[in-house]
Amino acid sequence: MFCLVDCNSFYASCEQVFRPDLRGKPVVVLSNNDCFIVARSAQAKALGIGDLQTVFNIKSWLHKNRVAIFSSNYPLYGDLSNRVMETLRLFSAHIEIYSIDEMFLFLDNIKNASLNDYGRTIKNTVYRHTALPVGVGIAPTKTLAKLASRAAKDIKKCRGVCVLDTAKKWDWMKKRTPVNKIWGISSRFARRLADLNIYTALELASADPKYIRRHFNVCVERIIEELNGHPCLSLEEVPNPRKQIYCTRSFARKTSQVQPILDAVSLYAARACEKLRTQESLAASVQVLLYSSTYQSNYYNSSKVVQLPWPSDDTRLISQIARQTIQKIIRPNVFYMKAGIGLLELSPKQHQQLDLFYPQQSHKTDQLMAVMDKINHYYGKNSIYLAAEGVHKKWAMRQAYRSPAYTSCWGEIPEIQC
Amino acid sequence: MKIPPLPLFIHSVPAGFPSPADDYLEQSLDLNRYLIRHPAATYLARAKGHSMTGRGIFDGDLLIVDRSLEAGHNQIVIAALDGQLTCKILDKQHQCLRAANKNYPPIAISEFSDLIIEGVVIHSIRHHTPPVS
Repeated sequence: MFCLVDCNSFYASCEQVFRPDLRGKPVVVLSNNDCFIVARSAQAKALGIGDLQTVFNIKSWLHKNRVAIFSSNYPLYGDLSNRVMETLRLFSAHIEIYSIDEMFLFLDNIKNASLNDYGRTIKNTVYRHTALPVGVGIAPTKTLAKLASRAAKDIKKCRGVCVLDTAKKWDWMKKRTPVNKIWGISSRFARRLADLNIYTALELASADPKYIRRHFNVCVERIIEELNGHPCLSLEEVPNPRKQIYCTRSFARKTSQVQPILDAVSLYAARACEKLRTQESLAASVQVLLYSSTYQSNYYNSSKVVQLPWPSDDTRLISQIARQTIQKIIRPNVFYMKAGIGLLELSPKQHQQLDLFYPQQSHKTDQLMAVMDKINHYYGKNSIYLAAEGVHKKWAMRQAYRSPAYTSCWGEIPEIQC
Repeated sequence: MKIPPLPLFIHSVPAGFPSPADDYLEQSLDLNRYLIRHPAATYLARAKGHSMTGRGIFDGDLLIVDRSLEAGHNQIVIAALDGQLTCKILDKQHQCLRAANKNYPPIAISEFSDLIIEGVVIHSIRHHTPPVS
């Protein structure tokens, strides 16, 4: 069985972990540079605040309605997401991190009759360990698990846990799910399906897979199989490339020296940025990972998420930030085996929101990166690359409402009244 | 002609006696592993105030809090009381949160007060010199 654990209003919930006074209250989290609302607590949604609403013109309204406003605090969200993931490891050895707030678990050896209890235990344990509310959906395929997690969230009676283990149950849910809400069906596909009189998940599930494959593609055919309880998608225990780009590699030989690790990470940053530019996206934050040899007794691995001053695909900027971060998490006398870098919070470059008053990636950088890619394409990889030092810029991002880095900065850990 | 770099040996060449300790080298002590059983559920916090001095918690001490543990009678807990975080002793017999300082009266847990036990204080650390970072 596949199990999808989905954190409810993740960023807003993260802001409530160390602020019990805000639990059950309207909370919104803003995007980079405080432009839009990117997360809303249930109470904020109930006030009618829209997703991706611009914050500028409703600021006084938010204050009047006592809505707590936060700038995004990705180091906090990254740390709490890790904690959720680590807690989930208590329940399954096979976990796919689908995104910062969604994880797939593969459950074997659990009897169908006890799946509901198991799901409830997962939900309660995650809440107890992290104070983050999650929904749990369990079903025989990933696509159905996704449906189940929607039901867990939307149907009151489920109380956050839904198991779709029989055809009768998943047909009930499919009848109530429009095709555009199915995982993997874009609104463009939904429109084309509507031309074929296919409006609900149930109608799609009973369509002829071969016919659909001819008119759409093999992915849609797989969705049909999955909707009928035949698993086609397996757990991707390495991160999904579409939402985030990772470059992790093992070293030729383990090392405890800082310099080779820094060099390696710069190289991985350059690779990841190339991929990022190929898919024409910008990254808003960067994760750096470091693993020690598993065969030594003081096995140690660490990762840290850092926010970029502005969404970027600039190798120079990202590589410098990655190097600074490595120096923060590296420990002396540990032999490291593997390092890596992840580019997170990707957004399409062409839809970038411009901000008049705050810095962002310059046109010159775009041109420089394009030239670098061209040269490396023609003359082979690494024909042109960064020298050891990066750029020296003063980075300032607008984060007027940022909460403390409760879990990653000594000066900002919560104070408790005694 | 290019001379290859000479390898650097960390151990000295055993011209005399080998170190008698070589066979007994073990990993150095790791405070995290010593103090923290559930890393994913454990948070650090700073004590502020004087109500817990009787149990050895002073203003500015570091608190290590495990959220995953069930709080028992007489244990030091972090509680959210009407939305505010506070560190006190959980007195299950008298249904109250007690301070460890006679100048602070106990706080009765009524059905009207909004009380959540956030975690158990598993250790507290005093700094006798300033911490490194």
